[in-house]
Amino acid sequence: MKMIIAVIKPHRLDQVRDALTEIGVHGLTVSEVRGYGRQGGHTEIYRGAEYQVNFVPKLKLELAVPDDLSERVVEAIRSAANNDQIGDGKIFVADLEQVMRIRTGETGDEAL
Amino acid sequence: MIYRHLSGATVAVALSLLSFPSFAAETALSGGDTAWILTSTALVLFMTLPGLAMFYGGLVRSNNVLSVLMHCFAIACLASIIWVVGGYALAFGDGGGAQAWIGGTEKWFLLGIGPDALSGSIPEILFVAFQMTFAIITPALIVGAYVERIKFSAVMMFSGLWLIFVYAPVCHWVWGGGWLADLGVMDFAGGIVVHVTAGSSALLLAKMLGGRRGFPKELRPPHNPGMTMIGAAMLWVGWFGFNAGSALAADGSASMAMMVTHISAATASITWAFLEWRRYGKASLVGIVTGMVAGLATITPASGFVGPVGALFIGLSAGIVCHFAVEWVKQKIQIDDSLDVFAVHGVGGALGTLLTAVFATASLGGMGLAEGTTMGSQFGVQVIGVVAVLAWSLVISFIIIKITSATMGLRITDEAEIEGLDLGSHGERGYDI
Ligand SMILES: Nc1ncnc2c1ncn2[C@@H]1O[C@H](COP(=O)(O)OP(=O)(O)OP(=O)(O)O)[C@@H](O)[C@H]1O
Ligand SMILES: [Mg+2]
Repeated sequence: MKMIIAVIKPHRLDQVRDALTEIGVHGLTVSEVRGYGRQGGHTEIYRGAEYQVNFVPKLKLELAVPDDLSERVVEAIRSAANNDQIGDGKIFVADLEQVMRIRTGETGDEAL
Repeated sequence: MIYRHLSGATVAVALSLLSFPSFAAETALSGGDTAWILTSTALVLFMTLPGLAMFYGGLVRSNNVLSVLMHCFAIACLASIIWVVGGYALAFGDGGGAQAWIGGTEKWFLLGIGPDALSGSIPEILFVAFQMTFAIITPALIVGAYVERIKFSAVMMFSGLWLIFVYAPVCHWVWGGGWLADLGVMDFAGGIVVHVTAGSSALLLAKMLGGRRGFPKELRPPHNPGMTMIGAAMLWVGWFGFNAGSALAADGSASMAMMVTHISAATASITWAFLEWRRYGKASLVGIVTGMVAGLATITPASGFVGPVGALFIGLSAGIVCHFAVEWVKQKIQIDDSLDVFAVHGVGGALGTLLTAVFATASLGGMGLAEGTTMGSQFGVQVIGVVAVLAWSLVISFIIIKITSATMGLRITDEAEIEGLDLGSHGERGYDI
């Protein structure tokens, strides 16, 4: 199993969710986070003074998926979240050791 | 405010009565006038609570929002008590031999001001209340200079002393029959009394207190410009009570004052937004509402004396001058007058006071100058008024800040500043994040 963590622009959430449901993803965790990438934030101007905004609001998606689905999930997120702009986000993929469904005690792929 | 008998041709007569406003020919109570000043009193209190509080609150970091609301609220309560105990007497009482400088003590605790006592055509107790709302908002304006780093105890001590030793005397000089009134200075609703006093003291306090951590390069932007806009809009509406109420009557002068107030606010707002758009590529909400406050502060001294065309010019000049004043203070002289009290109120109030001499002239659509007065001579009087009050405010504020610093201390700890004043000083949080 793989743990896929994606950081995306908040306004792309609905597209990403639709794309994921289409390929059969059944679970997803979303949190509001702040972060920066290579560009390191942006500036805002208030009353003539520039303010450096170091952390930009993003959404973090976390999904555990079976190995064979992993590549298609990454591709779905990428195409749904891509604006062709800086700050569109990143997708991290990690090996996942174990999953358990609390109600039934099922583990592994069964629990996904 | 004491210009209540003013209207066009009666200017000369009115100016000659200026020295003793509350003793000017007693007239009968007017229900209409009383109703309007009751309304105006509520409007002006609404400017501070919650208008100014929200306007300022939105401009700070999210972990300082409650402290700013708290400052405004607590000052409103403190100023009210001081006004009743002695503030009103010092500002508007009869000073006897010292009348040129300060009022007297016989109206302490408002003794002798029963429901039947009149001030012009309204009950004197209503005049006391109306003026109280000015005494509330003026020290509250200064909050913008010291947000995000000052001790709460210092806020209370400074504001209380400031009201007694800066505001009350100046209020007496201009509106209570003091030496500036004798000189014929024109300040309809407080360009000098409110905005020059608060603006100049704010700049000094910001300087002596020192900037926020990270000023000027690493500050956090306003946390809630939407809250700032809501507060600003309340200020705009409340300002109708401030300026049109200062006619102290429900008449044509009040109506004209309301109209010119509105025109100046709208014009300065658009001007500010236009400048931002040309200079930075985008017109911001924070910018347009800052322009609004500049337009309102600037029309304040002029509001009963100028016509609609004068108001357009005053709004335009407010938008331009205050816009550049903000950058001058923050970037050139680098004083962290955090929410630009001096650049918007001090500069706007002074500008409007000077422009009053110009646009009050009948040929420029104004209500006319007093007989025997020319634009030039009136301008000279206005300059004297601004400079004298500026000097008084700075000197006395300096002493008050020194005393406050020696007794209470001015600044919170670095740790509390980073954590924010909401938790650090008040033990509560604005947002659960
Ligand atoms: N190396 C990283 N580790 C953890 N989170 C990261 C990393 N890089 C980016 N992020 C998160 O992803 C968000 C979006 O990053 P962003 O798309 O700006 O990356 P980038 O490398 O700068 O690419 P681009 O040039 O397209 O902007 C960041 O705000 C941050 O939350
Ligand atoms: Mg980036």
